[in-house]
Amino acid sequence: MSEIPILSILIFIPVVGIFFMLLIRNNDDQSSQNLKHTALWITFLNFIISLSLLFSFDLNNPDFQFVEKYAWIESGISYHLGIDGVSILFVILTTMLVPICILASYESIKFSVKEYLISFLALETFMIGVFCSLDLVLFYLFFEGGLIPMFLIIGIWGGERRVYSTFKFFLYTLAGSVFMLLAIIYIFISTGTTDVETLLVYNFTTNEQLILWTAFFTSFMVKIPMWPFHTWLPDAHVEAPTAGSVILAGVLLKMAGYGFIRFSIGFFPDASEFFAPFIFSLSVIAIIVTSLIALVQEDMKKLIAYSSVAHMGFVTLGIFTFTVQGIEGGIIQMISHGIVSAALFLCVGVVYDRLHTREIARYGGLVSKMPFYSFSFMIFILASLGLPGTSGFVGEFLVLLSIFSINTYFAIFATTGVVLAATYSLWLYRRIIFGALIKDDLSEMFDLTRREIIIFLPLIILTIFIGLYPKPIINIIEPSTEKIVNQIKMKLD
Amino acid sequence: MQSLVYILPELFLFIVATVLLVTGLFLKNIKLINLLAIFSLLVTVILILNQPFQSAFLNSFIVDEFSLVLKVIILIGSIASLIMFVSSKDDLNINIYEFPILIIFSTIGMMVMVSANDLLAMFIGLELQSLSLYVLAALNRNSLLSSEAGIKYFILGALSSGLLLFGISYIYGFSGNTNFNLIAVNINPESLGLIIGIVFVLAGLAFKVSAVPFHMWTPDVYQGAPTPITGFFALAPKIAAMGLLVRFLFNSFGEIYIDWQQIIFFISIASMMLAAFAAIAQTNLKRLMAYSSIGHIGYALIGVACFTDEGLRSLLIYLMIYLIMNIAVFAFLLSLKRNDGYFENISDLSGMHKNHPLRTMLIALIMFSLAGIPPLAGFFGKFYIFVAAIESEMLFLAITGVIASVISAFYYLRIVKIMYFDESKEEFDGSSIKSLNLLYYPSSILIIIFFIYPSPVINISEYAIQSII
Repeated sequence: MSEIPILSILIFIPVVGIFFMLLIRNNDDQSSQNLKHTALWITFLNFIISLSLLFSFDLNNPDFQFVEKYAWIESGISYHLGIDGVSILFVILTTMLVPICILASYESIKFSVKEYLISFLALETFMIGVFCSLDLVLFYLFFEGGLIPMFLIIGIWGGERRVYSTFKFFLYTLAGSVFMLLAIIYIFISTGTTDVETLLVYNFTTNEQLILWTAFFTSFMVKIPMWPFHTWLPDAHVEAPTAGSVILAGVLLKMAGYGFIRFSIGFFPDASEFFAPFIFSLSVIAIIVTSLIALVQEDMKKLIAYSSVAHMGFVTLGIFTFTVQGIEGGIIQMISHGIVSAALFLCVGVVYDRLHTREIARYGGLVSKMPFYSFSFMIFILASLGLPGTSGFVGEFLVLLSIFSINTYFAIFATTGVVLAATYSLWLYRRIIFGALIKDDLSEMFDLTRREIIIFLPLIILTIFIGLYPKPIINIIEPSTEKIVNQIKMKLD
Repeated sequence: MQSLVYILPELFLFIVATVLLVTGLFLKNIKLINLLAIFSLLVTVILILNQPFQSAFLNSFIVDEFSLVLKVIILIGSIASLIMFVSSKDDLNINIYEFPILIIFSTIGMMVMVSANDLLAMFIGLELQSLSLYVLAALNRNSLLSSEAGIKYFILGALSSGLLLFGISYIYGFSGNTNFNLIAVNINPESLGLIIGIVFVLAGLAFKVSAVPFHMWTPDVYQGAPTPITGFFALAPKIAAMGLLVRFLFNSFGEIYIDWQQIIFFISIASMMLAAFAAIAQTNLKRLMAYSSIGHIGYALIGVACFTDEGLRSLLIYLMIYLIMNIAVFAFLLSLKRNDGYFENISDLSGMHKNHPLRTMLIALIMFSLAGIPPLAGFFGKFYIFVAAIESEMLFLAITGVIASVISAFYYLRIVKIMYFDESKEEFDGSSIKSLNLLYYPSSILIIIFFIYPSPVINISEYAIQSII
């Protein structure tokens, strides 16, 4: 493999960017424009570098690649990075969404531009770090560190109830995560290491597994989020600025899903098997309940936020089937949701920038004024409800397939969620886009600008490409997923 | 005579203080005296680093790795508060040349404390330190709050010294010795009198480290005392008292640790929980820092309660990180001034990120660090404490610790919220004081980049504890 520490470069390029931006001192419009350009180019550079991962990635190798390992805190806790088929796509999803977020905030962020961009770059560092780290302490560091910039992004540039939302977001996730910290420390003491590769082949006793699994679960359950601990998410989404919602739905939720795959089922297969029916029940409840809640929302962002909870329900369903299909479905569902829900929040952002309201009732008949917008919105809505031919279908289909083979009842309930998703999504679309344009203030609306088209174009292409031809994605994921499933089977026997 | 060599740093400081006291009468230049004091503290650091490890005065005064590290930490704290003094003396109405001298005397007391291996040496060090601190707290004679702080601190402090002395007499009576090692040799685990003695001494020491339920003085004294002195309170004396506590418990009562472990266990939990809740309602920044320090002492005490090398190591790591964070916070507090008036209320910070972007960003990160959010240094302090707690199977302490840290995250976040989310006010002009920036920027940057290379702090702690266990 190459000698260049490419993952460290990916993680620390945004940090270098922060230093550059601290050097730009002036506070006028010109310099804030420069700041935005700098941040955009740095994150775009990071995206290009992350694409090079894809080319030098060995598809037939199920193990960790691009591994870096240096002594860090003490023996057993090291700076250990590496990615495999499960994590590589999340890294690329992150590096792709951050420049889009920065581009999306070009007009909407009016004050404290420097702090905003610094927060975003710091967040990117933490997010890439989460998916690359192969050491539990390092993982925790990145996982929790991301709270700081996100707290500021929601709190400073958010909507009216931003203080309440950002405190709720921070304290909720922190309270969930501290137990994971204790579990990590326990693992460190009983095994003498926090190295993920070593721990994946380590056998914990069943009692240990049950307790440690619960501790990890508390953290991931809040973060992903699962019913009934999802209530921070709609609040955070509604109050966050558009780019904040995009990154929250696009990447932050996926950290927990990734944690489930890598740690919960990887380290504690017995406990996972024991708790699987519990997870299935919570997921199915989440899918149905949050879909019903989404139906009655009057705020666009809140509706999409609730739909996120439902979609994440499919992810957890798939992961805990312990089948290759299920886990693959979960990963693809996460990638697809990362693209689609991010795009939906961007769609909300577009009309919000023009009319400064997210109330669904204030809109209607936009199709006559904004044809391009209506077209892109339609693609994402269809992908969100899982129409065949879009990326949303592939993940949901694989998950449902795998859950059918395990338990028919859960599968039936989960499938009703698909119907409900179609209901609330299409109804949302109808209320905003179709109908007669009768409201006065809507006559001023104009279609997508060039900047906005640049933002949407890659997302549309990806949504349709993954939907029509998911093979390359599955090729990347499959070897590592098979390895995980085999390992679980071996441990269970 | 040989013994005098082993107390050379203390002796040197004592001579310096006496000389400065006399010259101060004629020399009206306070800045120069302060500079000389800082310089002599630096010289003391060098003296300490070159000292041979030995015990002196019939083994009642020990120079070892543990005392060396703690003394250097204490001296850094003293130097920091002298730098704070020089930047604010004119505006705070404490333009008195005795300030640096009292700090030096107090520092000598603390150095004796961490080296003490005898109940009497311990008491002498403690009293020298406390008496100087009583005067320091009341230094601003024109301020009602400052005088109140001084009196309050003195009365309660005297009471706690009384308790301590009472406990000492019990221990002496029931073991027949005052030397820590000899007590350990002649200990009778069955003796109830010894336990009573330990309880009283611990009460006295808990007062000095301001652990619940002996914390009542802390908020008032923190608020009333002039800020550089509050900074000194937060930095040095607690670290010294903690070192003394460790030596007292580990050297002489290691055998009956089951008995005192429960006491530490209780005051640790009580400190963490009380501080987490009580700080939420505070409006004054110095009061808030008082509660914050009570909470941090609670965490540090977990390290003592473990009674393992792991625990002791985590205690030292925690104290070092705590020192750096507090230097940053108090340097920041002193820069909050406008037209010679100082601002101490949390609401005064409102929206200050508009006028002082970099400064606010750093203090916000310090707040996150105090709350123990990774990747900042405060997280590592707590991490090691929890490692020690879980290793010695004190799961309950660890769980209470994390719950308290989530609760206390709320009030640290509130400060960040006020600085960033609220309407901005006028600019503070304290940001241009060079000497404060000399403290503020390096310490806050240390906190932020700590995670890149944490080994020095860990190695120093490991070096220090080898002489205790």
